[in-house]
Amino acid sequence: MYCDRCGEPGSHPGCAAARELEPPRYCAHCRRRMKVQVVPTGWTATCVEHGELRG
Amino acid sequence: MPEILDRARARVLDDGAGLGEADILEILRLPDEDLPELLQLAHDVRMKWCGPEVEVEGIVSLKTGGCPEDCHFCSQSGLFASPVRAVWLDIPSLVEAARQTAATGASEFCIVAAVRGPDKRLMDQMREGVKAIREAVDIQVAASLGMLTQEQVDELVEMGVHRYNHNLETCRSYFPNVVTTHSWEERWGTLTMVRESGMEVCCGGILGMGETLEQRAEFAAQLAELDPHEVPLNFLTPRPGTPFGDRPVVEGRDALRAIAAFRLAMPRTILRYAGGREITLGDLGTRDGLLGGINAMIVGNYLTTLGRPASDDLELLKDLKMPVKSLSATF
Repeated sequence: MYCDRCGEPGSHPGCAAARELEPPRYCAHCRRRMKVQVVPTGWTATCVEHGELRG
Repeated sequence: MPEILDRARARVLDDGAGLGEADILEILRLPDEDLPELLQLAHDVRMKWCGPEVEVEGIVSLKTGGCPEDCHFCSQSGLFASPVRAVWLDIPSLVEAARQTAATGASEFCIVAAVRGPDKRLMDQMREGVKAIREAVDIQVAASLGMLTQEQVDELVEMGVHRYNHNLETCRSYFPNVVTTHSWEERWGTLTMVRESGMEVCCGGILGMGETLEQRAEFAAQLAELDPHEVPLNFLTPRPGTPFGDRPVVEGRDALRAIAAFRLAMPRTILRYAGGREITLGDLGTRDGLLGGINAMIVGNYLTTLGRPASDDLELLKDLKMPVKSLSATF
């Protein structure tokens, strides 16, 4: 598994803290950069291989 | 009481005139023990010259990423190794974002695009999007699309865009350290055209990009000279992959001093909390800023990062007995 903020293997406390105010940018399954759309009340992040996440 | 606060009280609170650059710098240099008194003065100025209402706004990115410019703070530049990918928002999603923003009680909805300036595709998308929003949602539409031609200014007016955001970002003397692909003067040129068109001018910037206190004062004075309807005040959130990705965040007390200083420079402007307050100020500092000169806020998420839930900010305004400016009050 990969960090969904920096794309590196594993999980990172600094990235986890930053993610409270950021959507994911990398797919945790394949580390592809995702297409991310932020709107006032939420976000979507789409990996071409693994589909869409919502928050 | 420091002499500068006496002077500010007479000039700004009593007479409604903004402080000049030298006085703003003195304000920015006040020690921490004078901060409560400074914030109270800035709050009194805001209440006297603007009133208790708070203007609430939502923003959304119509076109994200892939920007050809090199604004060193921005994760949407295509020139840096940022993880942000290019993406367009479709019109139904744009209208839904406006609807959700209006549901918070916000009177403003700003459509933003990461571009040097709009091309035909973006202007067509704007035309369709603004029309769809105006037909479906009761909210004022603003736009932020970079540098404009006179024809594009005229088109936006004709679409019904009532306010245009174009930040100078920082003072003239520091701008070349922040952006090299266009000039501060080019931005000023767009702002001049916007003003002459009758659209409201929204122009602010980002604090904490390495500018000195002198340059922060210079920036406030240059904004005051522009005299914008609204000044959005951002605090740098260092973004991974950007040239400013390793900069420290602004210290909370420095941010509050800056808020008060900008209010004393521009007693009548809409001074809006924009990005970065969550990290720089936190919950307590956000409250202090609203009691220290701020009279508007972006609620909900930003363009590529997340904010506090709008309900938290609205609850805070209720606690502070600061009414949300209604849509009817904006006409």
